[in-house]
Amino acid sequence: MLFQSFGDIGFTEKKDTRSGFGDAVYELGKTHPEVVVLTADLAGSLKLGPFIKAYSNRFIEAGIAEANMIGMAAGLCIGGKIPIATTFANFATGRVYDQIRQSVAYSNKPVKICASHAGLTLGEDGATHQILEDIAMMRAMPNMTVICPCDYEQTKAATLALPAINGPVYLRFGRPKVPVFIPSGIRFMPGKAQALVPGDAVSIFASGHLVWKAVEAGKILEQQGIHAELINIHTIKPLDRQAVIDSVARTGCAVTAEEHEINGGLGDAIAAVLARHQPVPVEMIAVHDTFGESGKPNELMTKYHIDTPDIVLAVKNVIKRKMKRN
Amino acid sequence: MTDIEKLKQLVPQIKRDILRMVHGAASGHPGGSLGCTEFMTTLYFNIMNTKSGFDMAGKEEDIFFLSNGHIAPLWYSVLARKGFFPLKELSTFRRLNTRLQGHPTTAEGLPGIRIASGSLGQGLSVALGAALAKKMNDDHHLVFSLHGDGECEEGQIWEAAMAAAHYKADNLISTFDRNGLQIDGSTEEVFGLGDLSAKLRAFGWLVIETEKGNDVLEMLHVLHEAKQKAFHEKPVAIVMHTMMGAGVDFMENKHHWHGVAPDDEELALALHQLTETLGDYPV
Repeated sequence: MLFQSFGDIGFTEKKDTRSGFGDAVYELGKTHPEVVVLTADLAGSLKLGPFIKAYSNRFIEAGIAEANMIGMAAGLCIGGKIPIATTFANFATGRVYDQIRQSVAYSNKPVKICASHAGLTLGEDGATHQILEDIAMMRAMPNMTVICPCDYEQTKAATLALPAINGPVYLRFGRPKVPVFIPSGIRFMPGKAQALVPGDAVSIFASGHLVWKAVEAGKILEQQGIHAELINIHTIKPLDRQAVIDSVARTGCAVTAEEHEINGGLGDAIAAVLARHQPVPVEMIAVHDTFGESGKPNELMTKYHIDTPDIVLAVKNVIKRKMKRN
Repeated sequence: MTDIEKLKQLVPQIKRDILRMVHGAASGHPGGSLGCTEFMTTLYFNIMNTKSGFDMAGKEEDIFFLSNGHIAPLWYSVLARKGFFPLKELSTFRRLNTRLQGHPTTAEGLPGIRIASGSLGQGLSVALGAALAKKMNDDHHLVFSLHGDGECEEGQIWEAAMAAAHYKADNLISTFDRNGLQIDGSTEEVFGLGDLSAKLRAFGWLVIETEKGNDVLEMLHVLHEAKQKAFHEKPVAIVMHTMMGAGVDFMENKHHWHGVAPDDEELALALHQLTETLGDYPV
């Protein structure tokens, strides 16, 4: 466990996860001459400035033509490159599903699709840009690894780990500034769940921006004498099944929390493992089969019930269900 | 034997392979395969500068991408006759556990194939990416690709066409099979393509247009010309007028034969029109 209690977790600054990506991409430029970065007219949003300045010969501005960007990235792999293809999560998945499916995943090319502005927390731009189905799409794709880190430091570490991951990867991160609470310098272990806080009352499996919300919920619950175990599922595929099963064997119930549709995301992935190996009551914090809308990130998280109080309530409900069974 | 004589021997044999494969599988796409045989045979046997054996990266050699993946029977026959894999494997086309899938794939490890194709419109982007990688690697070899004309109805082709000119991908030579037919009928009835050469020129390409896509001598000439035009700051396109089903009279210029296998009688009639020059593959 990274922390002993929720009281141990704090932060001194807020940073956007996409800056973690941008900073790490610049590092990769130095360490990996085979890394080539592509973007679809979003170099600024993806924080690519330092990489472009230092390695302009390994940067491809693909314009607002995402399908071609994904295809070019697949072609670059054939010449021995490790392409990092970047845009907003909406345009990086739904718009180019078939290009990823045939030219990247089926062809098993190590294209690293790095997507910012995922989920509701994109905010004011509204539902056209707030993709909440991307994890479902990418999870369903054979050969694809799906990663959704929780803060600046973890996004940086996950990005640095990309060249070592075989095959294609979907790395999902976001727009807003969020607390930086994962200590720097922790090596990213793809496919390995990150146990954050031990507990015995419930297992909370959270991903992306919802990990911090789960920390806040854990603090409230801790003050009420409810000790939740918090596990950060940064790699949604391949899922660390053993970590999920082992945690629930100790706690007897689970809450999942994600900034994604309830259909096809982390909740479904966890529920599928538990249904087969360790059936227990599960509550899911996710967006319930609806599109988002314009608003500030925190307002949207509140309105769409993916906020701290929702996690607290879900924990209490799932514990009640567990008690009824016992 | 001269190059021309060798090509003239290969072409009817490859067309026999195509027909026998599609007949054997009772499915597949003979029309475009027969129409592009002269082009692809010339490309592989006389034009491309390739290393012996196959390596995925294709460094320091010319490489080829088939974007209209449904004409896989042609590609498989050319690859087998060129020695990439045993000729007898052609008899496994489209059968369970085969490396010769209905559309080309890297998933089964078939030598000669570097990307999956079948869902149309993706291969030009892939070829462009590979061409850009060659530039980054200081590899002065060429990337070739082949596309159907119906395929040009896909928007991604035009994204890639614009991009290739923008990046000055002058190591890319893309051929467009202008047979004027697609599944539902003529391209002009289904979804008018108009003047494909003018469109490509407007997109910044150097364009060579030929009316004689089913003539090996013309293919030799056109492909040599394309190579001479390469490395002049612009991508090179060959707009090649062919006849769907070329070489089999009852298939010629009939869109019906885009994706239909001949029955026993039709196969016999078709094979009668094509000389077995180099020996049929064993079944």
